Order: sequence, then C-alpha cells, then structure tokens
Amino acid sequence: MHLAIASPTTTWYLVLASLLFAIGAVGVLVRRNPLVMFMCIELMLNAVNLTFVALARKLGDIGGQTTVFFVMVVAAAEVVVGLGIIVSILRRRPSATADDIAELKG
Amino acid sequence: MQLFVFVCAAAMILVGAIGVIVRSHPVHAALSLILTLFGVAVLFVAQDAHFLAAVQVVVYAGAIVVLFLFVIMLLGVDKAEALRIDPVKVQRPLAVIVGLGLFGLVAAAIVRSRDSLVVRGRGIDIASGEAGHDSNIRQLANDLFSNHVFAFEVTSVLLVIAVVGTVLLARRPRSGSASDTSAGGK
Repeated sequence: MHLAIASPTTTWYLVLASLLFAIGAVGVLVRRNPLVMFMCIELMLNAVNLTFVALARKLGDIGGQTTVFFVMVVAAAEVVVGLGIIVSILRRRPSATADDIAELKG
Repeated sequence: MQLFVFVCAAAMILVGAIGVIVRSHPVHAALSLILTLFGVAVLFVAQDAHFLAAVQVVVYAGAIVVLFLFVIMLLGVDKAEALRIDPVKVQRPLAVIVGLGLFGLVAAAIVRSRDSLVVRGRGIDIASGEAGHDSNIRQLANDLFSNHVFAFEVTSVLLVIAVVGTVLLARRPRSGSASDTSAGGK
C-alpha cells in the first residue's frame, strides 16, 4: 500500500486527464469570447494527449506517443485556421461574442 | 519524488485550466493556458515522453499561445468580459452540472476498468534506457517513419492547406473590392 502511494499509477493520470477535459468542456459551454472558447478546446486536446502518453507508458507501446505527435500537428493547423476565421469575423464586428455570430453570414 | 512531481504538475494543470475559464481578461486566460501546458509537459517528462515534452513546450506554449496573444492584441479585444452577468439564465449551473457529470462518468469508467490495463504492445519498455538516453526519440522516429510514414507525408499537405486557407481568410480585402467591406458595415 505504501508503495502504491509512493508512485502515481496510470489511473491517476487518466483521472487527471478526465478532470482537465471536463474543465475544458465547461469552459466551451460557459464562455462567450470565441478566443477563450478556442483556448478551452486546447485544454481538451491536451487532456487527450495526456491520456495517450499515460497509456503508451502503461501498455509499452510507442504508438501512443506517435498519435500525440499527430494530434499536435493537427491542433497547430486547427488553431491557425480557427484564428484566421476569428480574425476575419472580429475585424468586421469588434467585440462580437459567440451569440452574435450564431449565423455565419458576414 | 514521483508523487511530488505528479502533485505539483497536477496543481499547475488544474489551476491553469480553472484560470482559463474564470479569468475575464483574455490575456490572463492565455497566460493561464501556458501554465496548464507547462504542467502537461512536466507530466510528459514524468511519463518518459521526452521528445513530446519538448514539442509541447516549443509548439504549444511557444507558438500557439503566442499566436493567441498576437490575435488578442492585434484585434484590440483585450478588454475584460463582463462575467458577472449571465446572458442565458441557467446556462452556468447547467454547464457545471454537465461538466461534473462528464467527469464522473469518465472517472467511474477509468476506475472500473483499471484492472483490464494489460500490456498488449510489443513490449517496448519506454522506461528502460538500454539504448542510451535518446531511446525515446529513437523509438518514436522508428515508429513514425516506418508504420506511419504515409500519415506523416499527408500531414505536410494538411499544413500547406492550412497556411493557404489562413492567408486567404485573414487577408484584408483589396481596395478594389471595397464593396465587400461597405456591405459588411451596413
């Protein structure tokens, strides 16, 4: 029992990642600034990355880390495109919230 | 020692994550996001994913958050959001309940299935550094360029499309096509 406390197990990592994911999901639901909503999506992506790395360690399979690598690349591309869309929307209407841009019409 | 690292990194992650969703100022939210990303990088090191930890710091905490800060300051939207008022009446309590329910369900599933975590991989022990201190990056490169080389190449196409699309999206309309902006202003 003492040894189990001395080193965090994979379950701890997975529970931490699920907590991080839940916080990100709450952020997306609560916030109205599109930039902050985007940051919350990054939180959720990081939670999933943490899960992948923890399970790669536990299962002894490097494929989990490869998947995290691809997730990071796709997340970078996603951030670039999303911020481009947000810039083009906010340039038209400064201080637009997620409620104002419910329809994509310019 | 491992427990100490885990607890510190978990505290960083959770404080940063809660900071992202409760700070009313977007710049503060972005800085809290950096705290979370560093915490995740620390946990990557603790899980022997050294290369991914470096990429996490360079790409996420470096490039992506700086991009966020650029956009915040470029657009001048760095004013505090009025978080006191709740535009939709029961949205926040409902969102917190949904979040707690999500966490509860996932955590219950994790705890229930923790005994079924058996090693199914080819027995690559990431922890053992028998191949030297760079064993992690070597294993990752072997896997990436043998099993996933097609996905790796397709990634380059994705990045090119993303760059071209962003330039097209964020470009200011030329003065010749001024009718576009005037239509938007009305």
